[in-house]
Amino acid sequence: MAIIVDEKTRLIVQGITGKEGRFHTKLMLDYGTKIVAGVTPGKGGMDVYGVPVYDSVEEAKKAHPEANTSIIFVPAKFSADAVYEAIDAGIKTIVVITEHIPVHDAMKFVDYGRSKGVTIIGPNCPGVITPGKAKVGIMPGHVFTPGNVGLISRSGTLTYEIAYAMTKAGIGQTTAVGIGGDPVIGTSFIEALLMFENDPDTDAIVMVGEIGGDMEERAAKMIDEGKITKPAVAFIAGRTAPPGKRMGHAGAIIMMGTGTAEGKIKALESVGVKVARTPMEIPDLLKQVLRK
Amino acid sequence: MKLFEFEAKDILRKYGVKVPQSVLLEKGEQKPVEKIKQAGLEPPIVVKSQVLVAGRGKAGGIKIAKTWEEAEKLIEELFEKPIKGLKPRYLLIEEAIPHEKELYASIIIDRSERKPVILASQYGGMDIEQIAKEEPESIVRMYVDPFLGLKSYQARKIGKSIGLTGKVLNSFASFLIGLYNVFMDYDADLAESNPLGVTGDSVIPLDARLIIDDNSIYKHSDISERNLEDTGEYTEWEIKAREMNLAFVELDGDVGIIGNGAGLTMTTMDLVYLYGGKPANFLDIGGGAGKELVKTAVKFLIDLPKTKKIFMNIFGGITRCDEVAKGIIAALEELGGSSKPLVIRLSGTNEEEGRKILQENGIDAYTDPIEAVQKVVSL
Repeated sequence: MAIIVDEKTRLIVQGITGKEGRFHTKLMLDYGTKIVAGVTPGKGGMDVYGVPVYDSVEEAKKAHPEANTSIIFVPAKFSADAVYEAIDAGIKTIVVITEHIPVHDAMKFVDYGRSKGVTIIGPNCPGVITPGKAKVGIMPGHVFTPGNVGLISRSGTLTYEIAYAMTKAGIGQTTAVGIGGDPVIGTSFIEALLMFENDPDTDAIVMVGEIGGDMEERAAKMIDEGKITKPAVAFIAGRTAPPGKRMGHAGAIIMMGTGTAEGKIKALESVGVKVARTPMEIPDLLKQVLRK
Repeated sequence: MKLFEFEAKDILRKYGVKVPQSVLLEKGEQKPVEKIKQAGLEPPIVVKSQVLVAGRGKAGGIKIAKTWEEAEKLIEELFEKPIKGLKPRYLLIEEAIPHEKELYASIIIDRSERKPVILASQYGGMDIEQIAKEEPESIVRMYVDPFLGLKSYQARKIGKSIGLTGKVLNSFASFLIGLYNVFMDYDADLAESNPLGVTGDSVIPLDARLIIDDNSIYKHSDISERNLEDTGEYTEWEIKAREMNLAFVELDGDVGIIGNGAGLTMTTMDLVYLYGGKPANFLDIGGGAGKELVKTAVKFLIDLPKTKKIFMNIFGGITRCDEVAKGIIAALEELGGSSKPLVIRLSGTNEEEGRKILQENGIDAYTDPIEAVQKVVSL
């Protein structure tokens, strides 16, 4: 098993005819992801690398009822509409890659999705990969390898770095989830942790956090309450980030005194989560907790 | 994007919120007193420097004039007075409102609950961090369902819990609903009134702050673009970087940092610090950067006066190491070499090709980021 995406994933790519959508459709197909349809309003009837394109998610879903997941490459102005369209067409897992979506838009579509029982990943995320089974995202597939460790991360490249270090050390991943760098995201640390807790193939969890918000602190609280029993290790980026400045990601900002790396590290360590000082230490920490 | 107080109050007024009667003066106004008189204002009046920094009052940017002579003098004075380094382009002149009490009210998005949250306190006039420190029990929070919106009874409940009763309570509730509607309609990161004055039977925002989500500006055609210099948020080099589309934040140290991806770039800063160096900046070239962007970034950091050495930490995912190497070489060619040592770590996609391009130009690249950071710190 795995979480969110696996060999049963049948994918629709929204925004498939754009530059990013087209490029990553090719890479996802090469990885072995089953892409059943693409959507670009007004471009219905085309095909992209053999994937048929439709004008709407509804039409795509009608022609390919097995479709269960969507990935969104639509520009920020039109992303919210694309998410509502996917939800209303009955798609149950939606991965939003797009960056720069207004926070109020995200807040509303995340709320709507939750009310409909839909799992939304992102926005502003690299996506989800279950190594060897499906890649629904923009990450380089070759740095990941199948295994028994769940990986949750707020950043892209840093995740690849850590996954690569794990892979080199012989530790694979059940699933790696890039939850996104925006202030409001569909699936937080807490929800992703619970998914891994319930996944029988996952034996340990890596959390890659960064400054901003209080997701890491809330995750620590949940671990403290005994809701997560699997061992977890963490890395938090931004110990040297100054307050009040956005560090690349819209959500990476220390505001009103909350969201510091120190606070997160302290919260996690206080509930027994080992926090790596460098990303390179993650494989060793994992070996320690997996040996127990 | 931060709005000026007068812009925030204009918007509140449009939403039916009663704000102090006022007139706006632009720098160079020939007969300010005449203009104020025409607007129907009489001393005592408040002269308020319109700068986009918090804590204006304490910094001397808000003064009361009791006579016309005083007003004339204060207007001249405040136009010339820098507040935390910023000189105002506008002064807002308002009627002075005698008030018995100062409250605090704001709305932000709670990131974890993914809902708007209203914060209110009976102790206004100081900033929220200070209230949180000195009177934490006084802060009342209420989450709002973004689809249902804020209901009157909820607004009254908040008012009640900060000690309001009678007609003031109803006035507070309608103020809060106005503030909430502005918050939602304008995609605000923050809508705040502090202090919110209590005068007789009603409340009135003595100050108002509105910060609009930068990513939503395209929706709000009534809001004009800000000069970056006026925001007080960016250094000279941060403004230059924004004009070049570089994601750059200036820090205090001397090790220039370039990374790809926000998380990795922050981690690179942290590594430099952990091994005894001091990062000079954050510069993220993002995912999939090509030769041109790399060239621009490298040249920018070599030009940045505070850097003594530069550390580039690249993990190639979508970004290709050969493109990065080409960008570095192009930058060095254009500058005729670098006066500052450059330490490069390349790993991931097309690593070998990238390494080869650098070697042909006499540059060695590291694979291990820890070895690379130890090197740069030792220089």
